[in-house]
Amino acid sequence: MLPELGQFALILALLLSIVQCALPIWGAWRGNTTLIGIARPAVAGQAVFVAMAFAILTYAFVTQDFSVTYVASNSNLALPWYYRFPAVWGAHEGSLLLWILILNVWSVAVAAFSRHLPDALMARVLGVLGFISCGFLLFTILTSNPFLRHLPALPNGSDLNPILQDPGLIVHPPMLYMGYVGFSVAFAFAIAALLGGELDGAWVRWARPWTNVAWAFLTLGITLGSWWAYYVLGWGGWWFWDPVENASFMPWLVGTALIHSQAVTEKRGSFRAWTLLLSIFAFSLSLLGTFLVRSGVLTSVHAFASDPRRGIFILVLLGVVVGGSLLLYALRAPKVAGGKPFRLFSRETLLLVNNLMFVCAAAMVLLGTLYPLVGDALGIGRISVGPPYFGFVFPLLMLPVVLAIPFGPFVHWAAADWRATWRSLRPAVILAIAAALVAVLLFPHLSTRGILGVAATLWVGAGIVLYALKRWREAPAGRRYTPEMLGMILAHFGLALFLAGVLVSESTSVERDVSFTPNQVQQAAGLDFRFTGVTRVRGPNYLADQGTVEVRDGTRLIATMHPQKRQYDGQQMQSVAAIKGGVFRDLYVALGDPLGNDAWAVRIYVKPFVRWIWFGGLFMLFGGLTAAADKRFRAHRVEADAPAPAIAPAQAVA
Amino acid sequence: MSRLLPFFGFILIVALFAFGIHWNRSHDMNWVPSPLIDKPAPEFNLPLLYDSTKSLSRAELLGKPYLLNVFGSWCVTCQDEHPILMAQGKALGVRLIGMDWKDSPDAAKRWLAQFGNPYDTIIADADGKTGIDFGVYGAPESYLVDAHGVIRYKRIGMLTPQIIDRELKPAIARLQTTPP
Repeated sequence: MLPELGQFALILALLLSIVQCALPIWGAWRGNTTLIGIARPAVAGQAVFVAMAFAILTYAFVTQDFSVTYVASNSNLALPWYYRFPAVWGAHEGSLLLWILILNVWSVAVAAFSRHLPDALMARVLGVLGFISCGFLLFTILTSNPFLRHLPALPNGSDLNPILQDPGLIVHPPMLYMGYVGFSVAFAFAIAALLGGELDGAWVRWARPWTNVAWAFLTLGITLGSWWAYYVLGWGGWWFWDPVENASFMPWLVGTALIHSQAVTEKRGSFRAWTLLLSIFAFSLSLLGTFLVRSGVLTSVHAFASDPRRGIFILVLLGVVVGGSLLLYALRAPKVAGGKPFRLFSRETLLLVNNLMFVCAAAMVLLGTLYPLVGDALGIGRISVGPPYFGFVFPLLMLPVVLAIPFGPFVHWAAADWRATWRSLRPAVILAIAAALVAVLLFPHLSTRGILGVAATLWVGAGIVLYALKRWREAPAGRRYTPEMLGMILAHFGLALFLAGVLVSESTSVERDVSFTPNQVQQAAGLDFRFTGVTRVRGPNYLADQGTVEVRDGTRLIATMHPQKRQYDGQQMQSVAAIKGGVFRDLYVALGDPLGNDAWAVRIYVKPFVRWIWFGGLFMLFGGLTAAADKRFRAHRVEADAPAPAIAPAQAVA
Repeated sequence: MSRLLPFFGFILIVALFAFGIHWNRSHDMNWVPSPLIDKPAPEFNLPLLYDSTKSLSRAELLGKPYLLNVFGSWCVTCQDEHPILMAQGKALGVRLIGMDWKDSPDAAKRWLAQFGNPYDTIIADADGKTGIDFGVYGAPESYLVDAHGVIRYKRIGMLTPQIIDRELKPAIARLQTTPP
């Protein structure tokens, strides 16, 4: 009975999404306040029904209702209760429902926190969000219904994929979707501005906090995904340039460009058309990611079971949403470049460099991801380009960004003084060069990459610290750091940590694959690893071979590690690495296959500074959230800025 | 005009995706080359599901062809495949051997009592080791083994009526003509 109610709830939500899309936009066009007033109640109603559907599916998982096909395919009786919640989004249908739920969370937030905005603009923004929701609800109901019954019910289900049975999975997809879907708000603002013809900077100021929050969540989602890959997949890597990772990374890159270009448009009025286009791109790449992951066009470790009808449906949705908005852009984007003029050496130029590099990087990732498909289309065979391509091109594109970043805060808008900037940044330059020299002297075997890593970290890190100090000295107390500025400082400092993590850990990591017999000792990075053998242990829903490895620095025991190889009761095998983490060094031991005579294949890694990669991600997250909290974005300036009546019919096409 | 460039770029990408979907449709994604086709089936010796004191080995099955069907009571697709085997299993002209894979024997017996038993004999591969030797990806899978113990055909996924008509029956017909 309940699953059928869930289905009805989805259908009602679909009907409300059509109302939410059509009527307010029509009302904003005709200047009809009654129709505009429908927007908020429709948002609330839709959200209630979507939440109801989601709650019912969760209930089916918790009570293990195996008459629902989706539940039977993705959980079984042995699954511990705390994994029954993330099992809801463990496969295609449920994760799609999560996508829709999160879109509704964003819509409700926009409806609730934007009461000071002009009604017509708000009606259009909520209408665009309703349109997107309508597309995804149709997709769910027509091709991916999570409430389909399988009668008679199965006595037991198959298992949730064991690599998904991990605390990381409980939070990774929701955070990632919060980011992905969050870009729909910036997109909706851009489309609303295009529809209404109100292309001054006002919409940008209102869209900025939403973009920053979405970007922060996407950063968190990617960071968690990378952390999860590191400690669950057991390969010791943290990023694989897998098509699905790329699908989340492309919106991040464009989103990074967008938050910077929004700042220029809001403060200086420049880059107007560019900001509109980036808003469209960021969300388009989120949709494109959804398509890539779920259509089966590219296969990857993440691939959801694919059904050709699904691929065609999302392709049509993608075509309508992205194609439609790009056409709208072509018709209505501002014809003349507005904004205040700027010189070559100015903050605008630096942000233009940032934008170009990030967009090029996203295009590069897109090309690499789609390359197998291009190969098929041109008849040269399905070739995928892997880490060698990305690992070479990506750092090259990011090099100008790293070089330019410390200048950003010091260089003024419009025109800046070379000499003053140089004086401010000189300590950072000296520090970076000195640190690189010290690194060369202390560690003669350090690779070029590692030396560059040390230099880049100090250049970016010291650069941003110098700026923080300058504000502290020069600005009056209480007005030293606005939240917007503090967010920038945190995020840029996060980048410095990230650079240290990537470049230093990649150039100094030690990786050894060894054949271990009990009580044998192996050395790696000056540490002694002693293997004491393997025992059988029983977990809640798996049986595991558990190895024990003692790590000593000289005679001092620094860690006792227990890597496992699990056989889940469902059917699947999973290796779980043992990790002894530290701020400056991670020890990582993974158990491979038995080699006979009590010998086991064991993989040992020593990874200095690897955690800084994720620390960096966390700093960027807090930076994004802090910047979004700036009161300036919420100021009630509508009355002052817009003397025109709040509701005005759309202006004719210019 | 330059304002239309993003739109045209996007059209190119959409065309590429449409091609990708078309390519996937014209290629069977379930087709995985099996290194075991035309190779001797791996050795096994497994207990019978209904009498675990007795067992059945590869050698005992030599002499006549058989279809080894990998199933489990936990498997959703197996339940969909089951009525097809019930209806058509006897008419295939080969012995139908069930392999209850990674399953508890009691659950399998309850399942078969509820839905019927299409198999001539059922062996139990509770820990899945024989499944690994056969290279089983997931249930259901079916292996056609000839009188000499050589695997001649393999199906990953459900045996649908179409697959039985188009692939399995011709493969069985070829068994008579294939030299050892």
